[in-house]
Amino acid sequence: MTRPADVTATSSPGTAPDRPAPAAGPVKTGGAARPRREIPYALFLVPGGLLLLAVIIVPFVMNAAISLTEWPGVGDPKFVGLDNYTELAGDAEFWASFRHNIAVTLAMAVIPTFIGLVLAAGLFDYIGKRFGPRTAAFLRACIYLPQVLPIAVAGIVWSWILAPEDGALNALLGGAGLESLQQDWLGDPGRALYSVMGVMVWVQIGFPLVIFMSGLQRVDPALHEAAEIDGASWWRRFWHVTIPQIRPEIFVSLLWCTIASLKAFAFIYVLTKGGPGGATSVPSYYSFENFFDNTRVGYGAAVATVLALIIIALTVVFLRRQSKGEEG
Amino acid sequence: MATAQAGARRYGPGRYAVLTAYLVLAVVMLVPFAIVLLNAVKTPQEYSTNGPLALPEGIHLDGLVDFWNRVDYGEKLVNSVLISGSVAVLAVVLSVLNAYALGIGRVKGRLWILVLFLMANTLPQEALVYPLYFLAKQVGLYDTRISVIIVFTCIQTAFGTYLLSSVLSGFPREILEAARIDGANRLQVLLRVVVPVSRPTLAVLLVFFFIWTWNEFLIPLVFLVSNETQTVSVALGVLQGQRLMDATMTSASALLGVLPTIAFFLIFQRTLTRGITVGAIK
Repeated sequence: MTRPADVTATSSPGTAPDRPAPAAGPVKTGGAARPRREIPYALFLVPGGLLLLAVIIVPFVMNAAISLTEWPGVGDPKFVGLDNYTELAGDAEFWASFRHNIAVTLAMAVIPTFIGLVLAAGLFDYIGKRFGPRTAAFLRACIYLPQVLPIAVAGIVWSWILAPEDGALNALLGGAGLESLQQDWLGDPGRALYSVMGVMVWVQIGFPLVIFMSGLQRVDPALHEAAEIDGASWWRRFWHVTIPQIRPEIFVSLLWCTIASLKAFAFIYVLTKGGPGGATSVPSYYSFENFFDNTRVGYGAAVATVLALIIIALTVVFLRRQSKGEEG
Repeated sequence: MATAQAGARRYGPGRYAVLTAYLVLAVVMLVPFAIVLLNAVKTPQEYSTNGPLALPEGIHLDGLVDFWNRVDYGEKLVNSVLISGSVAVLAVVLSVLNAYALGIGRVKGRLWILVLFLMANTLPQEALVYPLYFLAKQVGLYDTRISVIIVFTCIQTAFGTYLLSSVLSGFPREILEAARIDGANRLQVLLRVVVPVSRPTLAVLLVFFFIWTWNEFLIPLVFLVSNETQTVSVALGVLQGQRLMDATMTSASALLGVLPTIAFFLIFQRTLTRGITVGAIK
């Protein structure tokens, strides 16, 4: 965090209620000479603050409290201390869901960020320079489009394309004479997670692309020109000029997408319901199952609390980076 | 641009290879949309005989009409618009109030308050959903659109506060000073100076909050259990999970789900792409 000293040092100028009029100016008559009574600024925070308390803080504390109990959702919760957490530590299903989430993070954060970086650089200083900015903007829009789809809808589209019997992908493979490659994409336990990852990459790739393209506009073109005159190839310039210049954006994209990947509930719900046989379950879905399907609310709350702690830790990392005062 | 013109002659045909690669990628991104459109206008017989990749023989809207009536899609659209619209407006208003105190008023401890708001936005809804569900039942708001509006107003305000505070902390002090010398009090400064000047940013936030709320799934799924209150995303997701629809109806439902989104996208394309950059880095 930034040191509080930084804040007090930049005390805002001119908050004194009435400063003498500039001597050169005409003398104002009837100007308010006595200090006005002002609404304290803190009062503006009251509505938002109360809402934050009621909707986020209280429920979050409640969730942590519930995680220390055995509770089917009705009647009185029974206090069991850290039992849910010790059970969690030895729960193979939970650890499996955690491993799946690593794959999901790869598909939603790492892969899109990397591909997005290459695509953004190519669009910005290759396509944009040779075919004009409108071509680049059009291509960017095409790639970004899946980002605005509700995940529920993306899930419908894809689970139908990936359907085993009459799905479009298998029909396409059949049409190309590649029957051997036809699969039950979402129903085969060994393959379902990869299919889900593929859909996630398709959805997510537009986000880093757009961020990086806007970041590239900050980069001084002189740097590229100098490198070009020195005879550096496009790839060398990409590695040595582009990437170092937009490091803040890369960091933001990775972190935001990682946080999003830990909340992949909707994807899993509409594509696979965690199946087949738990092969695509992630902690976010696992907590939901315990809340509403298995009515083990205390256990579900423990899963959700662990998830929340990971995300809070990531957010703290993000804030520390932001407060180091990098420009951007 | 003169250099680009001169440069263009130096580049060989290789640039067309790069452009082709990009076009192929763009096609891959758009193919699912095209396939949905193709099959939404087929009859089920056509689909089973010709498969999903054949061009439709004619435009059959029966699948679309059937699906529309079956889920009362008009009602779902109204619910989604009502919930997303209310959240967008309320969250912008609250974000402005918060950001005025934090960014311009610089109240004590504002850094920690900002951290709190950002945390509130990144916190997983999985860790809030059960207590919220329980509380909503306690106060009689379960299965009402109001409950979802309240929850998302808060979640979106958290992000809006974080973003807008940093924007407003760079607000030109001279303008504020001038307004104060003219005798405006703090509320008047907010309404007559700060809000009009930051209108572009507020428009971006409004659009974002609307689309984000439209796309939300987990909390609406848990809260909106009856047909009368459900949003588009939830209705489609639940139907999909039941696996009761034939292929053409599925693609009809997907098309109806996609259309509003495409409409937003085209309307807000500029706002969005400009807005994302503001939101990402600041």
